Amino acid sequence: MNIMRVKEIETLPRAGLEAIQLQRLQSLVHRVYETVAPYREKMDAAGVKPGDIQSLADLKKLPFTTKDDLRDNYPFGLFTVPMDDVVRVHASSGTTGKPTVVGYTAGDIEMWASVMARALSMAGVTKGDMIHNAYGYGLFTGGLGAHYGAEYLGATVIPVSGGNTKRQITIMRDFGSTVLLATPSYALNLADAMADVGVSPEELKLRVGIHGAEPWSENMREEVERKLGIRAVDIYGLSEVIGPGVAMECLETDRGMHILEDHFLPEIVDPDTFEPLPYGEPGELVFTTLTKEAFPIIRYRTKDLSRLVAEPCKCGRTLVRMEKVTGRTDDMLIIRGVNVFPSQVEHVLMGVEGVEPHYQIEVNREGNLDTMEVMVEVSEQVFSDEIKVLENLTRKIQVEIKDLLGVTAKVKLVEPRTIKRSEGKAQRVIDNRKL
Amino acid sequence: MRVEQIAVFLENKSGRLAEITEILAKNGINIRALSVADTADFGILRLIVNKVDLAQKVLKENGFTVGKTTVLAVEVPDQAGGLAGVLKTVEAEGMNVEYMYAFVNKSGEKAVLIFRFDDMDKATQLLQKAGLTLLSGEQVCSL
Repeated sequence: MNIMRVKEIETLPRAGLEAIQLQRLQSLVHRVYETVAPYREKMDAAGVKPGDIQSLADLKKLPFTTKDDLRDNYPFGLFTVPMDDVVRVHASSGTTGKPTVVGYTAGDIEMWASVMARALSMAGVTKGDMIHNAYGYGLFTGGLGAHYGAEYLGATVIPVSGGNTKRQITIMRDFGSTVLLATPSYALNLADAMADVGVSPEELKLRVGIHGAEPWSENMREEVERKLGIRAVDIYGLSEVIGPGVAMECLETDRGMHILEDHFLPEIVDPDTFEPLPYGEPGELVFTTLTKEAFPIIRYRTKDLSRLVAEPCKCGRTLVRMEKVTGRTDDMLIIRGVNVFPSQVEHVLMGVEGVEPHYQIEVNREGNLDTMEVMVEVSEQVFSDEIKVLENLTRKIQVEIKDLLGVTAKVKLVEPRTIKRSEGKAQRVIDNRKL
Repeated sequence: MRVEQIAVFLENKSGRLAEITEILAKNGINIRALSVADTADFGILRLIVNKVDLAQKVLKENGFTVGKTTVLAVEVPDQAGGLAGVLKTVEAEGMNVEYMYAFVNKSGEKAVLIFRFDDMDKATQLLQKAGLTLLSGEQVCSL
């Protein structure tokens, strides 16, 4: 990684940065208009042509993209390049049965590695570090995204992935891991497991933890820092934009994560009117990718609530910052790092014969682990006088939820009309976690 | 010779059983036999009552999930080996008991065993062939 070049980009005067952004945005809009029919149709319907984008303020003329657009064009309908040029795909949870699929060209993979490497450097990580990457490897972007970034930086990466906590502790101690990449809840899990097996933080060389993929509070940050004896910083990303490496806290920030704005153009919009809001106002975070090739996205509504901070940072970077995500505009839950939509659970229940979709999801945090319980009302159709029939039913629902969502849920049968219906609409989710 | 049985889904929470018995009492329904099967999370109440259809109707109206199934009621002398004799008969043919419960009639001379088998038709044949007394629903309720 060319550190001088990165420093130059990240400390550009705003006017210089915005000139780069505009030029990239214009070229992107032309490209998607010409190559992707769904984008062209939406722009035509909104009466906007690529040539109308004359300034960054014209961004608001472009239609939004949502998860529904991804679902409607499943799996590859929004790709701008032939599949021959796509070298990798990733997927995340869709709102129903089908996942949200994204693709990358070789150039995208390199760009992603470079932004992730820059994110790591913001936390003071260098090529001399030993990076313990406990994000899951697979369709989820976390593991591989962080991995490529660590290699791009020239650091040593241990692709340990999730699970097998005791072995992870041995590896951290014996290999001398200096950087921990994990969800904040898994970091706490590791800390507690260390206490259980009698390994103290002093025996490890860990210096910094980079935690994302799920919401966490300042209290949790303090807990991670105290229990592991490290600096814990926040990272933000989502697969629809690229994966990890969209925004990252530097070590000097007092408020929020720097957005890698030369690649990802942020907006905050009013969650009700969708009108763009000025810096400092809270609202829904919207991203436009400026340099992606296979799967660029225009004005993607993340449904994450945040605020953009324009004030210069002590670190000298001129990149705008986003505050910690404070919530969602939809009902998406993040359980053990996995995105879960109540509609997915409904989809599973509808597929089990005789089960009525009267359900409620209760989420709790036991220790550091999230648990999900799905309560299902027993209809006459599925009821039996034999225990084993009902037990088979709960097992079947559990297996199908695990298959579709990738999360183990406890399924509990309840009496009819137990789940409260308020004004005819049931309350689907009770989230008891105190984040 | 089958007996109709009511089954009710029960969540494991206090007061549910009392509520059911109250509803039945209010409607003049007499419980002849009952059993509760339970797991960690839920239970199934099985009842033999004198007014099956009415019981099903009023419990449904009160928001319970109710099912109706048939069981076999076998009358045996209330003495050692009564149950063993019946089980031996069906076991020899490789039949499975899904569940069973029992009560003793008022005189105390006879016991009534309530059975649900995996193959009810075959079980009926076997028990009749072995000369055991199968009771009707009416007979069970008039004991």
